[in-house]
Amino acid sequence: MTAFQAGADFGDGRREETHGPRPEAILDHADPAAKRIIAGYGFWIFLLSDIIMFSAFFATYAVLSGETAGGPSGKDLFNLHNVAIETACLLLSSFTCGVAAIGARAHNGLMYYGGMAATCVLGLGFLAIEIHEFTGMIAQGAGPTRSAFLSAFFTLVGCHGVHVTLGTLWLLTMIAQVFAKGYRADILRRVLCFALFWHTLDIIWVAIFTVVYLLGAGA
Amino acid sequence: MLGKLTWGAIPFDQPIPLFAGGFVILVVLCVLAFITIKGWIPYLWREWVTSVDHKRIGVMYVTLAGVMLLRGFIDAGMMRSQQALAFQSQGYLPPEHYNQIFSAHGTIMIFFMAMPFMIGLMNFAVPLQLGVRDVAFPTLNSVSFWLTATGALLVNLSLVIGEFARTGWLPFPPLSELTYSPGVGVDYYLWAIQISGVGTLMTGVNFVTTILKIHAPGMTYMRMPIFTWTALATNLLIVAAFPVLTATLAMLTLDRYLGFHFFTNEGGGNMMMFMNLIWIWGHPEVYILVLPAFGIYSEVVSTFSRKPIFGYRSMVMATMAICILAFMVWLHHFFTMGAGPNVNAVFGIVSMIIAVPTGVKVFNWLFTMYGGRIVYATPMLWAIGFMVTFVIGGLTGVLLAVPPADFMLHNSVFLIAHFHNVIIGGVAFGAFAGYTFWFPKAFGFRLHEGWGKAAFWCWFFGFYLAFVPLYVTGLMGMTRRLQHYDVPEWHPWLLVAAFGAAVILAGILCQITQLVVSIRHREELRDLTGDPWMGRSLEWSTSSPPPAFNFAVLPQVEDRDDYWRRARLAERGAAPRAEPIYKPIEVPRNSPTGFICAFFATFGGFGMIWQIWWLVVVCLVGAFATFVVFAWRDRTEYEIPADEVARIDRANRRARGEALTTAEALS
Amino acid sequence: MSSSDDYEALSRTDHAPGDEPAARHEIAEGIVGYLIGLGLAILLTAVSFFIAGTFLVWRPSIPIALVVLAIAQIGVHLVFFLHITTGPDNVNNILALAFGVLIVFLLIIGSLWIMYNLNQNMGPMPMG
Repeated sequence: MTAFQAGADFGDGRREETHGPRPEAILDHADPAAKRIIAGYGFWIFLLSDIIMFSAFFATYAVLSGETAGGPSGKDLFNLHNVAIETACLLLSSFTCGVAAIGARAHNGLMYYGGMAATCVLGLGFLAIEIHEFTGMIAQGAGPTRSAFLSAFFTLVGCHGVHVTLGTLWLLTMIAQVFAKGYRADILRRVLCFALFWHTLDIIWVAIFTVVYLLGAGA
Repeated sequence: MLGKLTWGAIPFDQPIPLFAGGFVILVVLCVLAFITIKGWIPYLWREWVTSVDHKRIGVMYVTLAGVMLLRGFIDAGMMRSQQALAFQSQGYLPPEHYNQIFSAHGTIMIFFMAMPFMIGLMNFAVPLQLGVRDVAFPTLNSVSFWLTATGALLVNLSLVIGEFARTGWLPFPPLSELTYSPGVGVDYYLWAIQISGVGTLMTGVNFVTTILKIHAPGMTYMRMPIFTWTALATNLLIVAAFPVLTATLAMLTLDRYLGFHFFTNEGGGNMMMFMNLIWIWGHPEVYILVLPAFGIYSEVVSTFSRKPIFGYRSMVMATMAICILAFMVWLHHFFTMGAGPNVNAVFGIVSMIIAVPTGVKVFNWLFTMYGGRIVYATPMLWAIGFMVTFVIGGLTGVLLAVPPADFMLHNSVFLIAHFHNVIIGGVAFGAFAGYTFWFPKAFGFRLHEGWGKAAFWCWFFGFYLAFVPLYVTGLMGMTRRLQHYDVPEWHPWLLVAAFGAAVILAGILCQITQLVVSIRHREELRDLTGDPWMGRSLEWSTSSPPPAFNFAVLPQVEDRDDYWRRARLAERGAAPRAEPIYKPIEVPRNSPTGFICAFFATFGGFGMIWQIWWLVVVCLVGAFATFVVFAWRDRTEYEIPADEVARIDRANRRARGEALTTAEALS
Repeated sequence: MSSSDDYEALSRTDHAPGDEPAARHEIAEGIVGYLIGLGLAILLTAVSFFIAGTFLVWRPSIPIALVVLAIAQIGVHLVFFLHITTGPDNVNNILALAFGVLIVFLLIIGSLWIMYNLNQNMGPMPMG
C-alpha cells in the first residue's frame, strides 16, 4: 500500500481536486461484495455455462431428430403419461426445495429437513420413472446405439438425469452438513447454490418435455 | 485387470519416442531426486502445491506453459526438419509418427502452452489490479490449475505409454471414430482435454465473479485497467464456449466407447455437426487466447509511453464488441464444407466486421505512443513487434474471410502461416511481454535486459523466416500436414522455414539464458520499491513480491491509473499519507484439495483411456470423497496478526520513501 | 478473502441470484410466492400437454404455441423460484442471464440454419 495520499494535501486543509469519471449509477460495485452474493453469483455463472452445454445437446438433438436410420421415432416410443408424472415430480420438488430454502434462511428445522426430504423423494421418483423408460426402450431394441436420433435423445435426457442424480447426492450431503454443523453461514451459502441448481434443472426439464417429448410425440 | 494396457503399449520398436520418452523420464527423476535430497519437498508442498494464493497459482501456470512451450517447440522442430528433408524422400519420420507429432504440437501449444500462459498472467495480475486480496474462489483456483496439469501430464504420457491421436489438434470424425482410430490415441486426447477443460471452465467462473463483484473501494468498472477488462471478456468467452467443447467431445467419446451414432457413417450420424459444434467453441477459443494479450499490450504501451491509454472508453467497447462478435463468425473455419453462398456470405461479412474493433485497438495503441516519451524496454519491444506482426496476420485473416479466396486457401499452408502469424505475433509476443513486465513483481528482481532484447530479435526475425515461406508455398498450392512432397518449387522455401525455426530456437535459448543469468545476478537486478517501470495500475503499489494479503489496507481508488497519479504527486513533494490503522487480516488456508482432485483425475483419466474400469470407479469415489472432506472443513482461514501486517507494510513504505529521497538528492 | 466487514457494503444494493428477497421476511410470504409460482407452472404445463394432443387448435401452430408456453413457464420459474427481478439490485444477474440467452440463441439457431443448409447441399445418401 503506498504511503501517498489520494489527493495531495496542501497542508492548509485544502485537498487537491481529483478528476475522474463519476461512478456509474447502477453497475457501480465500488466495494467488495458480501460472500453470499459472491458465492451465489459465481454459481449462477456456472449454471449459465451448464445451460449452454445443454443447448449444445439440444442443438444436436434438433439436427439429428429425423435420423432414425429406419428405426423407431419419438412418436413410436414416447409415453406422455410418464412424462406428465415426471414433470409433476420435478415441479413439486422445485416447490419443496423453495420451502427448504426458506427453512434454511429462517433456521427452521421442520421446513428445512421436511422440504429437503420431500425434494429427495420426488427427485428419486423422477429418476425411477426415467430409468424405467430408458430400460424399456433398450429392451425393445431402441437403445442409443440404434440410430443418431436415439443417441441424441438418450444423451440429452440422460445428461439431465445425471444432473438430477448428482443433485440428489448433493442434497443428501447438505442434509448431513446442516445436521452435523448447524445453520452455519458457509453451509447456508451451499444451500443457496443447491437451490439454484435444483430450480435450474426444472427449467431445463421444461425445455426437454416441450421440445423432445411434446413436439417429438406430435411429429 | 488392466483393461487394454499391455507391455506392447511401450514403444520399444520405435527409436525416436523411446529415446525421447526415456530422456524425459530420466530428467524428471533427476529433478525429483535433486529436490528430495535438498529437502525442498515440505517447502514446495506447503508453499506451492497446496497454495490457494492467486500469485503462486499464476506462477505455476506460467511455469507449466514454459515447459510445454519447449515440448511443443520440439514437435515443431521435428515437423520443420521433416519437411525440409522430405522432398522426393520419406524424411526420417514415418507417417504414423508424423501425424501424431503435428496433432501433439497443436494440442500442446494451444491447450497447454497458450491457455495456461494467459490464465497464469491473469491469475497473477488481475486481483492486484483490482486492489483486492484474492480471487472469488481461491481453492477452486487451485483445482483449476491442477486439473490443467493433469491434462498436460496425460498428453505427455501418451509418448511413452501408447500413442497420441493422429487426427490433428481437432479430432474430426469419421477419422476420430473407433472404426478409423481404433487405438488409444484419440482417447488420450479426449480425456486430457475434457479434464483440463473442466479446470478452465472453473477459471472462467472464478474470474467473471471476481472482476464483476470484488473491487477495492472506489474501483468502479470504468476505472479498471484495460488488462482487467480484457480478462473479463476472456473469461466470459470461456464460460460461454467451453461447455460446447465439453458437450462435443463427450458426444465423440460416447460414439467411441458406447457405440453411439452422433458422428458415425452408419446409423444416421452427421459428422458435419461435429465441425459445426467444435468451431462454435474453436473460434471463441482463439479470442480467449488473444484478448489477454491485447490487455497486456495496453498496459505495456501506456506504461512505456508514459501516457494513459488513448481512448479508454473505446478500448472497453471494442473489447466487449470482440467478445460478442466472437460468437458470430465460426463458420469461416468451414466455408468449404458446403453450406452454400448465402450462409458463407453472412459469416464472411461478420468475420470482416470483427476486424474493426481490433483495428480500433491498434489505432488506440498507436495514438497512445504518439506524443509520449517512449522507453524501449524489452516489454515495449515485444509490443511494437506485435503491432507490426499481428496486423499482417490480421490482414491475411481478412483475406481468408472472403469465401471464394478461402476455397483456394483452406487447409493450405497459407492458413498455417496466417494463424501462426496471429498466435505468435499476438499471443506469444504478448505472453513474453507480460512475463517480462510482471516478472519483477512476482519475484522481486528484473530479468536481464540484454538477453531479453536478444530473445526478442531472434523470435521476431525467426518468425518471419519460418512463416513467410509458408505464405508463399501456400499460394503455390501446398497443403498442410504433408509428410512428404515432390514439388521442386516448394523445397527452397521449406529450407528457409526450417532455418527460421532454428532462429526461433536461438530466441528460446536466449530466454532460458536470460532466466538463469537473472537469477544469478538477482541482487544487481533487485526491485527495491515494487515499481521498477513507473507503473500505472495498483499492482505497482505493492512490494515485489507482494505479501500474501496483497494490500495491508484495501486502497481507496479515485481515478483511472490512480497509482500513477499518486506516485507522481508524491514525487512533486506531496505529503505522504498518515500510516493506516492496521487490522488483522484473514487469509484463506492452503488446501491439498486441488492436488488430490488432480491425482484422482489423472488415474481416472488413465483408467478411462485404457478401459481399466475398477480404477475409474475408485477414482470417481475418491474425487467425491475429496469434495466432501473439503466441505467438512471447520477452519477455512487463518489470521495474520495486525503487527505482522504493520511490519510488512512499514517496510514497503520505508523503501518507497527512501527511493524518493534518493531521487531528490540525485536531481 | 479478508475480514468480513470489508464486504458488508454491497448487501444493501446487490442481490445474490436465487436468494430470498429480504433477509427478514415472513415465512408465510415466502411460501405464498412459491405457491403462486407452482400454480402458474402447473397451469402452463397442463395447457402445453393439452395443446400437444388436441385438434381444437390449428395443428401447424402447435410447435410455436408450445415454445411460447415453455418460455413463459421458464419465466415463471425465474421470477418465482429464482427471484430474478428487474430491480437495480439484480442488474448483474439479469445481464449474465441475457448473455447466456444470447449465446444459447446463437448456438441453436445458428446450428439449425447451418446444418439445414449443409444437409440440403448433400447428395443422396446410401441407406444404412
